[in-house]
Amino acid sequence: MQPTSSKKTPLTFDTIAPGQGLAAALKKSRADIIGEVSASNLRGRGGAGFPTGTKWNLAAAAQGQDGGAKYVVCNADEGEPGTFKDRVLLLEYTDLVFEGMTIAARAIGATKGILYLRGEYVYMRPHLDGVLAARRTAGQLGANILGTTGFTFDIDIRMGAGAYVCGEETALIESLEGHRGEPRNRPPFPVNTGFLGQPTVVNNVETLASVSAILAKGAAWFRAIGTEKSAGFKLFSVSGDCGAPGVYEFPLGITVAALLEKVGGTGAKAVQIGGASGVCVPASEFGRRIAFEDLATGGSIIVFGQGRDMLHVAKNFMEFFVEESCGQCTPCRAGNAKLLEGIEMLERGACSSAYLRELLNLCETMQLASKCGLGQSSPNAFVSIVTHFQDEILGRTAAAH
Amino acid sequence: MLVSQQQKLQDEIRALAARHGRTRAALVPILQDLQVRYASVSDFAMQVVADEVGIHPAEVYGVVSFYAFLHSQPSGRFQIRLCQTISCDLAGKARVARQLENELGIRFGETTPDGRFSLEWASCLGMCDQGPALLVNDRVYTRVSAEQVHRIIDDCRKVFGAHAAQAAHAAHA
Repeated sequence: MQPTSSKKTPLTFDTIAPGQGLAAALKKSRADIIGEVSASNLRGRGGAGFPTGTKWNLAAAAQGQDGGAKYVVCNADEGEPGTFKDRVLLLEYTDLVFEGMTIAARAIGATKGILYLRGEYVYMRPHLDGVLAARRTAGQLGANILGTTGFTFDIDIRMGAGAYVCGEETALIESLEGHRGEPRNRPPFPVNTGFLGQPTVVNNVETLASVSAILAKGAAWFRAIGTEKSAGFKLFSVSGDCGAPGVYEFPLGITVAALLEKVGGTGAKAVQIGGASGVCVPASEFGRRIAFEDLATGGSIIVFGQGRDMLHVAKNFMEFFVEESCGQCTPCRAGNAKLLEGIEMLERGACSSAYLRELLNLCETMQLASKCGLGQSSPNAFVSIVTHFQDEILGRTAAAH
Repeated sequence: MLVSQQQKLQDEIRALAARHGRTRAALVPILQDLQVRYASVSDFAMQVVADEVGIHPAEVYGVVSFYAFLHSQPSGRFQIRLCQTISCDLAGKARVARQLENELGIRFGETTPDGRFSLEWASCLGMCDQGPALLVNDRVYTRVSAEQVHRIIDDCRKVFGAHAAQAAHAAHA
């Protein structure tokens, strides 16, 4: 009943001694730190895959208003269904995360860091506060960090309050500023106009831990892992119908089939890659690769065994989005509700294929017209389940499930 | 509310504002602290917070109503949140949910008449490999089965008293 560690394989992070990355970074100029991160081809581990070096470059070049501060925000609002690798990093590799934030601060010239921790993870607070205090004592946070004159940086923890949408970076910033977590229009991007209008870098927990590893071991080492467009190793949160659910590390580019073999999930009916906002991949496509150029993911892998009802899966995802849509823009607010209604019609066996086509058109509208990633990606699971399992979801009778 | 209670709440909010800052950016931390202490943020509290931070009370209400972990209506001392998302669903959350309702005599979204327990759904708790998972205030339970529900609720009842919130918190620390 008490949570246990989710780690199923040794992680590369085990081989990175805390402090190594920061020490290496402080020997470099700011431009060289960003150069190293850019050369590693590290892309955002939250799932969107934006090149981290590019983001830092933009923030480094941006001028704060009235000479104001710049900010580094660690996005620990891990809320994508099926994702829990950041929990492991925050609890077991805490120093690497804070170190990554400190390196980012050095690179862009930030003085203040904020860890935005989801409300559901409030039980981590004593641990995280303890690590921060120890880092201050060790001179790794505060004024003149590790003897580097003029490099002042400290980290605050702010709690989320139970809103999935706050994982979207501009909604997260709205929340930090004391507003409803409603995403902003972009541009302007947070690297120019972020927290309190100042240049702000928002990076995922795993991205920041990876930065510590890259500075410790070098960009070439990192780039040699993975594929050309998706460099490096990646943590995967595996759950659902498999022998050993938990957190795994694999190089990006691994096929779904190879991953299933490692986690005891062979013979699965389908796999959801990327959480509720990702896509559902049927067994016929298990040869596809998990990488930014094929199946992009923040690491969520949910395995569905042969006996699972895929319409039930689609319904669960859609209930999630109806609940979590911030309600600001119409395609998302009304669209998700309409899709859920459609799924309930399918459940009753009362949906014509003409109406199903209408629903798929609505999905396209939502993908194109929603304001933020939530509404743009919420129809993905529905579309892929309808496409691959049409036979299973049409013409149901009450006895069918 | 008695005048003396109002005065106490007001003083408390002023102290919170002094600690977190009298700026809009401090709004959510202030509200979160109030939520922990009072299990809700009352209309009166919202008014005082608005004055402290220098915004309209409707803005405060807008924020309270947006976030799932902030409540404008009284909620239970023990907030039980069962994860309803897919991995916990596959792991059998439906039976845990039914048993929670049976033991407490309330449905999801309700609070027991004695004000002890609230039952709510939660979106993914990040315990997907160890589902079904639920939170009781800030304590997480994993691999919960229907037969364990009774014990979880019993644990809460044992620590319930004049200082329930603090006791629960200390037990979890």
